[in-house]
Amino acid sequence: MTPPASAPASAPAYDVAGVRSQFPVLATTVRGKRLAFLDTAASAQRPLAVIEAVDRYERTSHANVHRGVYQLSQKATDAFEGAREKLRRFIGAASSREVIFTRGTTESINLVAQSWGRRLGPGDEILITWMEHHANIVPWQMLCERTGATLKVAPIDRRGELDLEAFRALLTPRTRIASFIQISNALGTVLPVREMIAAAKAVGALTLVDGAQAISHQRIDVQSLGCDFYVFSGHKLYGPTGIGVLWGREALLREMPPWQGGGDMIRTVSFSGSTWNDLPWKFEAGTPHISGAIGLGAAVDWLETIGIDAVQAHEQSLLTQATAALREIPGLRLIGEAADKGPVISFVMDGVHPHDLGTILDAEGVAVRAGHHCAMPVMAFFDVPATARASFGCYSDEADIAQLVAALRHAHEVFN
Amino acid sequence: MDLKDLYRDVILDHNKRPRNFGRLDPCDTAADGNNPLCGDQLTVTLRLEGDRVEDIRFEGRGCAISTASASLMTEAVKGMDEAAIQALYARVHDALTAAADAPPPEGLGKLAALAGVREFPARVKCASLSWHTLNAALAHRAQNAAGQGPGAGLDPTPIAAVSTE
Repeated sequence: MTPPASAPASAPAYDVAGVRSQFPVLATTVRGKRLAFLDTAASAQRPLAVIEAVDRYERTSHANVHRGVYQLSQKATDAFEGAREKLRRFIGAASSREVIFTRGTTESINLVAQSWGRRLGPGDEILITWMEHHANIVPWQMLCERTGATLKVAPIDRRGELDLEAFRALLTPRTRIASFIQISNALGTVLPVREMIAAAKAVGALTLVDGAQAISHQRIDVQSLGCDFYVFSGHKLYGPTGIGVLWGREALLREMPPWQGGGDMIRTVSFSGSTWNDLPWKFEAGTPHISGAIGLGAAVDWLETIGIDAVQAHEQSLLTQATAALREIPGLRLIGEAADKGPVISFVMDGVHPHDLGTILDAEGVAVRAGHHCAMPVMAFFDVPATARASFGCYSDEADIAQLVAALRHAHEVFN
Repeated sequence: MDLKDLYRDVILDHNKRPRNFGRLDPCDTAADGNNPLCGDQLTVTLRLEGDRVEDIRFEGRGCAISTASASLMTEAVKGMDEAAIQALYARVHDALTAAADAPPPEGLGKLAALAGVREFPARVKCASLSWHTLNAALAHRAQNAAGQGPGAGLDPTPIAAVSTE
């Protein structure tokens, strides 16, 4: 993606060594080699600020939330709800009532499919794209099976870009929701989400944006985007696993029924019936992942101290360097060559299966993902069983790229 | 560790030039194996005399470890009866899953080259897929034989399928 135009040319150099020093895991070794962690797209590492916030909470503030009248419970509730407010600010939501904590992107999409999706019936249509993660395919397939609605898929081209005209053509007055990824985890493609949202709106369809890969790489303002739902995971944003966010427009969330029943999501319960709590708690049945939410709140605070625009510029510079270096490696073919990409490079090497590549790289201390990236239709489209994928985060540096390139050259030698 | 412990010359050789590659047609039994996590998939076809493997072929696509393992397996089991195959597989399995610092396996011949996967637990399934598939083909044959009586011509379709994840 294009670095923000507002970044002045005279901006101070990005202090990647300083950033790296805040991630203890980066100082560890793998099989005696320096760790080159290039799998941030699968899960980002945690900075000390997050590790310490979770530790502090566990040591000094844990109790159940929204329940006790004692001071410790109030402390935990304040920290938990404080984290929600941090997330609200981070994504530019109008109200913290619109910020629902979930287990992650997958659960957020399932929540929408199961709650909002109840209103669908035969003849209704759901539109996704060919490059969705399985988390944005399967919940809709299951919904279609339950309701008789139809799932439609917008095609991509050989570069891994969405066919926007085809996407527009697939939108009809029967399209109830268009749900799409913002940055492809398998290809790195940045989708033209603003155009897609506008096109969906024009036919009266809602939009859900899967921001799992975008949230840590560019500034997100859900109100300016104009979508109806925005979902992401905490662990791809330098926060803990098991926590994520569903943002939805308040009016929409208000009319949606709860999807799970239990404690916290109710106002009253009797055997003649129950009534529901206010937003956002209506969608948060049971004791939530309190320490996860607090850790995620600490993660966005920490990221703001680095500056997400500075992170984006740094990652884009690494992407450009790494793409150029990988093109020089004999037998290597990039999968996904969109003009606008996030910091993700998928590739295959002639005569070397991606899993062998992954193992050879591992032996050199380089951690990459090798597999179908939970995007089997993308693999089928490019007719590959799997790809290897290197992805970057705020702590990635030129030494990581050099280590990757050397390991790939070694792999080519071993197999040829 | 040295990568050469995993990608030994014999493995690279069998990956590049797999032995007994292809499909026996007609065959007495067959099975499809696939590892959905990796995308490895292969088909094993067998000709049997009683329960002795007269001929065996495999085809499919997968990583170097799974391809070489299948190729080495076909060489090793040709001429063996089912009991000998099971005994051999038990020893191969032990070799694949032994502790990283265990002594190298003895008496496995070329199959010992696969022992390097023990340092890469994520890759053990790649090495064992062909063996699971062979087992499924033999079990399929036993079922067919029970259903159709001895000596009956076997219909290899629908063939047995095995999946490891």
